[in-house]
Order: sequence, then structure tokens, then C-alpha cells
Amino acid sequence: MAKVVAYTGNMAAAEAMRQIDPEVCAAYPITPSTEIMQIFAQFVADGQVSTELVPVESEHSAMSACVGAAAAGGRVMTATSSQGLALMWEILYIAASLRQPVVMAVANRALSGPLNIHGDHSDTMGARDSGWIQLYSENAQEAYDNLIQAVRIGEHPRVRLPVMVCYDGFIISHSIERMELLEDEEVKGFIGEHHSLYPLLDVDNPMTHGPVDLQNYYTEHKRQQVEAMKHAGHVILEVGAEYGRLAGRPYGLFEKYRLEDAELGVAVLSSAAGTTKEVVDELRLRGVKAGALKLRVFRPFPAAELAKALSGLKAVAVLDRADSFGAMGGPVFIEVRSALLGLPKPPLCINYIYGLGGRDLLMVDIERVYDRLAEVAKTGKVEPLHDYLTVRT
Amino acid sequence: MSEELKGWTEIPIGGVILEAGSSHEYNTGGWRTFRPILDREKCTDCMICWWYCPDTCILVAEGKILGFDLDHCKGCGICAEVCPPKITAITMIEETEAEHLYGMVGIYEGKK
Repeated sequence: MAKVVAYTGNMAAAEAMRQIDPEVCAAYPITPSTEIMQIFAQFVADGQVSTELVPVESEHSAMSACVGAAAAGGRVMTATSSQGLALMWEILYIAASLRQPVVMAVANRALSGPLNIHGDHSDTMGARDSGWIQLYSENAQEAYDNLIQAVRIGEHPRVRLPVMVCYDGFIISHSIERMELLEDEEVKGFIGEHHSLYPLLDVDNPMTHGPVDLQNYYTEHKRQQVEAMKHAGHVILEVGAEYGRLAGRPYGLFEKYRLEDAELGVAVLSSAAGTTKEVVDELRLRGVKAGALKLRVFRPFPAAELAKALSGLKAVAVLDRADSFGAMGGPVFIEVRSALLGLPKPPLCINYIYGLGGRDLLMVDIERVYDRLAEVAKTGKVEPLHDYLTVRT
Repeated sequence: MSEELKGWTEIPIGGVILEAGSSHEYNTGGWRTFRPILDREKCTDCMICWWYCPDTCILVAEGKILGFDLDHCKGCGICAEVCPPKITAITMIEETEAEHLYGMVGIYEGKK
């Protein structure tokens, strides 16, 4: 029987970590993810987990210690946000390329500067090419569910990649919601025993992790990472379905919301998806054929599946909570539009940047997007392709 | 590289090397700009250079320094630096000059 609790996103993440009980956790506190480690450190102090908690002097060291501990053969987790993720940067790539399935909770927060502590996706979107699997969560429940699944996904023998589980800073990390927890034994059974592929602590089989990799082999190792990401797409679906049988909440690559007969659609990820679905319901009452797609998996990007899901629409707006300065649009837009262009008759596609530095996205803002989509569908005119939804002139 | 290069499906993931001591197969001697030259007449076989060499390139047999493993010596000069000031049996000279004078042998057999 599921236990119903009122938790913040950070409490949910810490609870997932307690139930996963990783062998090593190396972390450094940063707003708004600080609370995860604060709560988890209490679990460690109270002997509720067997985790070796390594309080390091920076996030660069945190991720370095995580990579080392994972190479040694342990199941490893950490958490961070924003500047902390930025400081981990070079080790993010190393974790992925050394194929260490570290699992990290990220409470999304804007990158400086100017200094801002609130939620947007500039931190993890910047890390989209680091080789990590990225799962985005709409609420505390999804953050919890995604973290438990992340262990299975990352550690799968055909994947062996690190996974970041993202949820919006403050909006989710600090808001209390009703959610359901699994029993400790259920989580233990679901994630299973950790099996390291090449544990350094296997002293009978000496080996080297992280040697120099020059012109003769570097390309082959990158090609292997591409293959791992391809497998990850299948594994995410398998694990999501199995989790559904356990928890009653199945997970896919994305969630389709009233898309079947929709003409106008919004593609969005994380907490804004909840607001968007509310708007869809209101518009449906007024007879507007609105739908939404909530992207859960951004890496690997489910291009073919997503294009199929959106193929029946006349016009799509992609909402990005981070911009890619000088590019054709925000990071999600660029991917979605590329995916759509593979269709014989792709829907028209526009981009809006919203919610930077934690700025609220209201239902009326999203209604304006659907109004614009109706116009795009009618006139066929997509300019401006890339615009700001919530900005003063 | 003389060995058969393998494809991405044939090698362990993550760049892991699954055998010990494989660095021996990678000849780093080509990185050398300066070559250590041993003056056997001055050398007292105190073994300080053998102790300090970061690449285990000091060749020793029966308590005697024989010279240097030039396939792996990167020419860092630590051996010359730690050779006691009163002895100075090791000097670093430019690799091109060393090749001209001694070929690929790193032992100076005393004054000629």
C-alpha cells in the first residue's frame, strides 16, 4: 500500500536517495538543492543508510569523487544546481565518457549572471552535450519516481551512463505537494544489486581507468557513447513500464496530453507542463482543439517518437526555459523543430522563451501562445520564429 | 602504431585498459628534448637517480647503473638534478646532439 505524504521536491529526492541507499555520495551544498543533502546527511547521521557521505570543498571535487567512487565499484549519487553544475562541468564529461552511472538530482536554477537563485533550465540545458541522460520532472512525485528509475537506467549493461534527474528550483524543490512513496523493500527490489562493470577495487584484475586516449581510439570511444544513448532510449521505456507495474505510474519518453485530435500543440518540460495542461483543459471547454506534449527525456532526444506524436498538429509552439544566444531558438526548440522536419508534412513550429530566472509563467501567458498558434495555423506565417513570452520592452 | 587497431564494437567501454603494465608498450622516448648522459667513471652507483626516476628508466644490473631506457625516458632531467653535486655523473644534452654523438645509446663509456 502506497504511503501518501506531503513533501517538497527536495524532500522527495532525499527520500528516494534514502531508499536507494547508495554506497557513496559526495556533494557540496548549493541553493536550491542544498536541502536534499541536508536531509540526506541527517539520514547518514542517524544510521538510516549505509552511505559513505563525502563532504567535499567544491562541486568540482564532488563530481570527481563521484567518478572515482563509481570507478572503484560503488553505486554513487549526488545533487546540485546552477553554479554547482557549472563547476562540475569538466567532470560531467568525464563521468559520461568513463561510463560511470552516477545518478544526480538537479534542482534547476538560472546560471549567473546577473546573480539569480531561481528556477530556469540554463544549467542543465548547457550540459546537454556532456553525455548524461537527462530526465525532467514535472513535480515532486516525478522527481522521486525518476530518481529511482535513473538507477536502473544508468546501470543497465547496455547503457552505463550517468543520469541527471531535473526538477524546477523553488517551484518544485521548495513547494509541498501530495505524493506517494514506495515501500523501502519495493525500491530495493526494483533497483536490485549494483554490479560494477570494471571495479577498480577488484585487485585480482588490475586495470586502468581514464588513460590518455589519442587519435587512434578517442573516436571509437565517442562512437560507443552514441550507441549507449541509443540503447538508453529503449531501456528508459522498459524501466518506465516496469515502474508503472510496481507504482501504478508508468513512464514513457514524454506525456501526450489531449493530442489525439489536437490542431494546436505546446511542447514543454518540467513544472510548466502542469500549467500548460490546465490551459489545454480550459481551451477545450471553449472548443479550441488544443493539446500539449510534456517532454520527460531530453537526452537521449526521442526525435522519431516525438515527431510522430506531433505529426497531426497544424502548429506547435516549443516553450524553452533557457535561451541559446545566437542560435535559431532555445535548446528544446532546435531539437523539436529538427525532429519535425523529418515528417512528410511537418506542422509549423515556433519558439517562446519563458520563465528565465524563475519568472512566473501564468495561464494567460500560455493562452497567448495558443492564440498565436491559431494565427500561425491560419496564415502559415511563423515569423518571429523565436520570441520572448514574458518580457517587458 | 604497428598493432592492429580495433573497432568500437571490439574494445571495452569507457577507455578502460584491462591489463596491468600496458604503459610499457607506449614508447614515450620520442617526447624527449634532452637526453641524460651517464659518465660511468664518475658514477658511484648510489642509486639516487634510480630512486627518483618517475618512469623507472634507470637500468640497473647487479648493483651497477647501466644507463637509461631510452624507449621510455622523456628527458625530464630529474636524474641529473638529484645526482649528488660532488659526483655530477649525469648531464643532460640536446637530443639531436646526443644522437649525433652517441646514437641511441645513453651511456658515455668514459673519456675517449
